[in-house]
Amino acid sequence: MIVELGHFALTLALAVALFQAAVPLYGAGRGWVDWMRAAAPAALVQFLLVGIAFAALTHAFVTSDFSLRIVYENSHSLKPALYKFTGTWGNHEGSMLLWVLILALFGGLVAAFGRRLPLGLKARTLSVQAMIAVAFLAFTIFTSNPFERLPQIPLNGRDLNPLLQDIGLAIHPPFLYLGYVGLSMAFSFAVAALIEGRVDATWARWVRPWTLAAWVALTFGIALGSYWAYYELGWGGWWFWDPVENASFMPWLLATALLHSAIVVEKRSSLKVWTILLAILAFSLSLIGTFLVRSGVITSVHAFANDPDRGVFILGILGVAIIGSLTLFAIRAPAMRSEGVFQPVSREAALVFNNLVLAVACAVVFVGTLGPLFREFIDGEKISVGAPFYELAFTPFMVILLLALPVGAMLAWKRASLGAVLARLWWAGAAALAIGGAVWALQEGGALLAPVGIALAAWLILGALTELWERGGFARTGFGGGLRRLAGLPRADWGKWIAHAGLALSAMGIAALTAWETEDIRLAKPGDRIPIGPYVLEFAGVESLPLGAPFAIGQCGNEGERAFKGTEARNFRTEMGRFRLMDGDTQVALMCPEKRDYPVQRMPTTEAAIDSTLARDVYVVLGDRQTDGESWAVRSYHKPLAAWIWLGCLVMGAGGLMSLSDRRFRVGTVAGRPRGKAVAAE
Amino acid sequence: MMRVALLLLLALAGPAAAVQPDEILADPALEARARELSKEIRCLVCRNESIDDSNADLARDLRILVRERVAAGDSDAEVLQFLVDRYGEFVLLKPRLSAGNAVLWLAGPALFLGGGLAAVLFLRRRRRAAAPAEAPLSAEEEAALREILGEDRQG
Repeated sequence: MIVELGHFALTLALAVALFQAAVPLYGAGRGWVDWMRAAAPAALVQFLLVGIAFAALTHAFVTSDFSLRIVYENSHSLKPALYKFTGTWGNHEGSMLLWVLILALFGGLVAAFGRRLPLGLKARTLSVQAMIAVAFLAFTIFTSNPFERLPQIPLNGRDLNPLLQDIGLAIHPPFLYLGYVGLSMAFSFAVAALIEGRVDATWARWVRPWTLAAWVALTFGIALGSYWAYYELGWGGWWFWDPVENASFMPWLLATALLHSAIVVEKRSSLKVWTILLAILAFSLSLIGTFLVRSGVITSVHAFANDPDRGVFILGILGVAIIGSLTLFAIRAPAMRSEGVFQPVSREAALVFNNLVLAVACAVVFVGTLGPLFREFIDGEKISVGAPFYELAFTPFMVILLLALPVGAMLAWKRASLGAVLARLWWAGAAALAIGGAVWALQEGGALLAPVGIALAAWLILGALTELWERGGFARTGFGGGLRRLAGLPRADWGKWIAHAGLALSAMGIAALTAWETEDIRLAKPGDRIPIGPYVLEFAGVESLPLGAPFAIGQCGNEGERAFKGTEARNFRTEMGRFRLMDGDTQVALMCPEKRDYPVQRMPTTEAAIDSTLARDVYVVLGDRQTDGESWAVRSYHKPLAAWIWLGCLVMGAGGLMSLSDRRFRVGTVAGRPRGKAVAAE
Repeated sequence: MMRVALLLLLALAGPAAAVQPDEILADPALEARARELSKEIRCLVCRNESIDDSNADLARDLRILVRERVAAGDSDAEVLQFLVDRYGEFVLLKPRLSAGNAVLWLAGPALFLGGGLAAVLFLRRRRRAAAPAEAPLSAEEEAALREILGEDRQG
């Protein structure tokens, strides 16, 4: 009954979305206020209906209703409760429903908080948003119906893929979808502006928070996915340049560019056409990503549901959305005029450069991802594009970006002097070079990767500190006065510094990890001592835990790791190694890597043991038991600064959130709320 | 997107790292070279994985083959050429710079230069452009502005 309600609500949502796509748009064209006003309630109702559908599906998963096909295929009565819940989106159909739910959520948010949004723009934006909803609701209902029943109810399900039974991966898709779908908001605003033929500071001020929110979610989502790969795949790789990863990385790169160009539109009324184009392209890349993953045209390690019908349907959506929006762009864009006047050396110009580098970097990832497909299509030649390509073709652009960032960030609007900025930054550059040199000396020559990466990171951080120092006026007002002034600066400025510092942390982690990682692969017997980095691992033994045993993780790992891994063991058997991580005579940690076997899915998984500190990760993997019965293949890794990669992403995201809380966005959005403390920034 | 899909990655690739203890060469310098080479060679039956990452049987065979060639004194280029002769360019994760792959390698630099030129032209035009008169606010915007300003004073 609940299932049918959900199914019915989903179908009704499609009808509402059709209404919402057509009526407000037509009304806006005619200037009929009543028709335009229909958009907001329609968006709210649509969100409510999709919410009901999603709740119904969640209910089916949580109560293990195996009469539903996807519950049968992806769940099991013994699965831990948390994964019964998250299993709702751990499959193609359910994840599409989540996608649509988030789409409706964003529409609902605009409807609810956009009270100050000009009526015409609001109506058109919600209408475009509803067109996307129509396409994806139809896709879900007609090709991937989550509410399909089985003719006979099975006694139990086939269980969820064990690799998805993981908290990291359980929360990864919602973040990623928030990001992808959030970009649909920027897209809808862009298309609405094209229809309206008007792009001004109000528009930019409205687009930027949505893009920021999407960008923050995408940053967290990508970081989570990367961290999951790191601890779950069993050898500590964290980025594979796989097509599916690229599919999330390309929109991120363009969203980053969009964030920066929207500032120019907002503050300087320039770069309008380019910003609109970026908004269209960023969401188009999200759609292309969907297509890549759902259609199976690209061989990816993540290859998913290879259903040609679904592929064709998504290709249709893709074609209509991209061709339609770009055609509209071609017709309307030439009429849009940039107004701001600025010199070739100015903050505006620096942001243009930022956009150029990010867009080119995105293009490199794009040709790398789709290149093999096109090549095969053109002359039948099969080629491969993997990590070594990107390291050579992509990385230089990131280096350029990092080199230019501190300088660009300090240039004044309109007219700036490069010489003056360099004079203010020379000490940061010199210090960064000195740090790089010191690192090079410490590692006793060798590869330049780590010294260069760390020097760049230092350059970014010192550059941000220089800016803080000057903005606070510490030189004039002293320490206390400087701090007070800094505290009074707009949060958007703080967001900028925090996000840039986060980028520096990630760059540092990546450079250090890539350059200094050491590994040890060997056969070991209990009692053996394995040197790794400055430590020694003492192999204490392996314990076998049968299916259904309570999960005796005991003293293993640290608290965070225990929380992350979960403590229930009901649907797998495991062999758990015990290694003492020794620093001289002191035990630093007890590390318990596992080999698990999930009998329902007949799949073994490896659970690495990771001891993580700011300075380094120690990473241990238990391989196969050898035929002699007592020795095991053991891999151990010493990974300097590994955690900084994801820490940096978190800091970047935090910077985005800080910027999102800036007063100028709140002023425009929430009407009539008493506001007492926000005025200080004036 | 849909990293949910990651699942199949592992269904296909299986967990755990690739290089087995018995494959490792005694000479650390040769082993290091073999590892670096392995990272550039695709595991042909896998999906976009290097033989260094994959634990498929074929990847193991290729890893052992690479180590044999390295131990036999082949240069890095010779080892790669040996594999290309056998399996075609598909085996290389870093495509060679050739006419067919030109777009792949040149897209970045070409776009950077072309885009840079366009940006410079744009910036020069911006410098000269006369600022047009600000478009007047619509009645609706005027009202909104008044409201915002009014509220701020109260705050």
